[in-house]
Amino acid sequence: MIDWILLFSNAAQEIISPTTAAYALAAVGLAIHFGFTGLLNFGQAGFMMLGAYGFAIATLTFGWPVWAAILTGVVASIVFALILGIPTLRLRADYLAIVTIAAAEIVRLLFTTNTFEPITGSANGLQGYKGGFEALNPIPPGTYGFGPWVYNEYDWWVRIFGWGLVAIAAFITWRLFKSPWGRVIKGIREDEDAVRALGKNVYFYKMQSLVIGGVFGALAGMIFILPRSVVPSNYQTSLTFFIYAILLLGGAATVFGPIIGSVIFWVLLSFFSGFIARAVEVGWLPFLSNVQAGQLRFILVGVAIMLIVIYRPQGIFGNKKELAFVK
Amino acid sequence: MSSSAGAQGAPIKSTGLHIGEPAPGVKKVDPIIVADNITRTFGGLTAVQVEHLEIPRGAITALIGPNGAGKTTLFNLLTGFDKPDTGEWTFDGQGISGIPAFKVARKGQVRTFQLTKALGLLTVLDNMKLGAKGQSGESLARALFPWFWRKEEAEIEARAIDLLTRFKLDAKKDDYAASLSGGQRKLLEMARALMSQPTLVMLDEPMAGVNPALTQSLLDHILNLKTEGMTVLFVEHDMHMVRHIADWVIVMAEGRVVAEGDPHEVMANPAVIDAYLGSHHDEDLGDLDTGAMTAIKELADDDADEDKR
Repeated sequence: MIDWILLFSNAAQEIISPTTAAYALAAVGLAIHFGFTGLLNFGQAGFMMLGAYGFAIATLTFGWPVWAAILTGVVASIVFALILGIPTLRLRADYLAIVTIAAAEIVRLLFTTNTFEPITGSANGLQGYKGGFEALNPIPPGTYGFGPWVYNEYDWWVRIFGWGLVAIAAFITWRLFKSPWGRVIKGIREDEDAVRALGKNVYFYKMQSLVIGGVFGALAGMIFILPRSVVPSNYQTSLTFFIYAILLLGGAATVFGPIIGSVIFWVLLSFFSGFIARAVEVGWLPFLSNVQAGQLRFILVGVAIMLIVIYRPQGIFGNKKELAFVK
Repeated sequence: MSSSAGAQGAPIKSTGLHIGEPAPGVKKVDPIIVADNITRTFGGLTAVQVEHLEIPRGAITALIGPNGAGKTTLFNLLTGFDKPDTGEWTFDGQGISGIPAFKVARKGQVRTFQLTKALGLLTVLDNMKLGAKGQSGESLARALFPWFWRKEEAEIEARAIDLLTRFKLDAKKDDYAASLSGGQRKLLEMARALMSQPTLVMLDEPMAGVNPALTQSLLDHILNLKTEGMTVLFVEHDMHMVRHIADWVIVMAEGRVVAEGDPHEVMANPAVIDAYLGSHHDEDLGDLDTGAMTAIKELADDDADEDKR
């Protein structure tokens, strides 16, 4: 028989899981790029990867403290944004899409290659960088929580840190897009030339947007590696597409949409994968093997993205008049 | 409509703008733009080839010519939206050739577009506020701290609402610009340009696609710009409008300035007739461009009407 309580409790854990927080933060960054500025960034996985590796390498190879490690990841993502932006932001939006998707893959392959094995750990990735972060934990050892949410002190610290970052990023984004700066950015989304004709340095604004969203991506990459290790295969192009799914689900030109979108995405994904796995076990889906069942959830994600784009292009929180899948 | 000198009756024309005989490249008493030797080629086609051109200050200048004459290209060059192959020009005495469009706009030379660029998914009011220059809240660092720009924002909003009221768009201020009609978008684009308090307003076909009911109001707005001390340069195909409001007319054909002068005189210039009808206008009438024929006929009718008055 299927243990429904276990299924629901596993799904409920995703609501506050650090992975959900990481995806939410990356999606907020992408909302700045895609939803507000109209930049087609298909390389958010690359920004996350630079954040993750920047943090891990600064800790392991250079032995730097946590704050310097975080700064390393942030600086790496800023440099990456500048490298991507300087040649492409003067061109049409499509070029940025091509360049970002390629650049993210290049970054992933550079971290995977054996040449830099002593520093990057190649395909095995890196671990053992959490010491400094653990040492900062103010929570006394023990187990805390209620219902499905019972964790030890480190797990709680990761969750508090992760969601704290998400809250700060969301607040900054909300403030920015209520300001004249945000108005210029949204104007650029609508028509660059019109904004240029009004005396705004469009190129500079687009660069600022690319950098801010990219830094959020890098911070998301750091949250992402706190409950696991750094493995290059986690940062494939599909990661970017999941973040797009979250963004479109919540609403591309909203601040809270991507966050709620991430929660819904992970709760549903966890529930469905658990349900399908159990259903195969008890013989409800005789035509599926266990391996096939593991892939089925990603088919469901694809179907869900299509349904959103067709029937609710503005997402759950979006304003239908403002954003019908950008344009 | 408005209190402008121009409503319905004949607007007050500025005269005495030029020095010497009106001819292509004639010197102006007080030019706001002085351009020399501008060329722009697209592959083998020379789109613009202007040896010397001066735009008079404080007047309404029309830039006319048949399709493909290079009017919009010249516009794009002067506003920094396109780079010329050769050429130098000054605006208000400062050399601005080759500087990017946003810097040109900051110097007080603002333009509109042939295909209206209303920012559809911003509200009408936000469209207007975007037009204001030098907002401190537009810097990323200060954007986060509303107390730096809240007062300025309120002033800009007051100015925007004032302008919207003049353009009769105030009732629409909270609607998305995408919900406006074509004519209202033209009005919005012009009003938004005025938010930047320009000295030179460049309008690319302000009347294109505007219904006749709105035409008069747009004309009045353009005349108002002059009474407020701004210089206007516009591209237009509607000859009635050119004749009605322009103080000075520059005619382009095949990338060159072929004639300049007072609107009435310039229409009678053989070079202009050539430009509109083609230099083969003594050939079979059946081959003629009917649009150009109508334009010329309308002008002849206009002249007849005015003579009767």
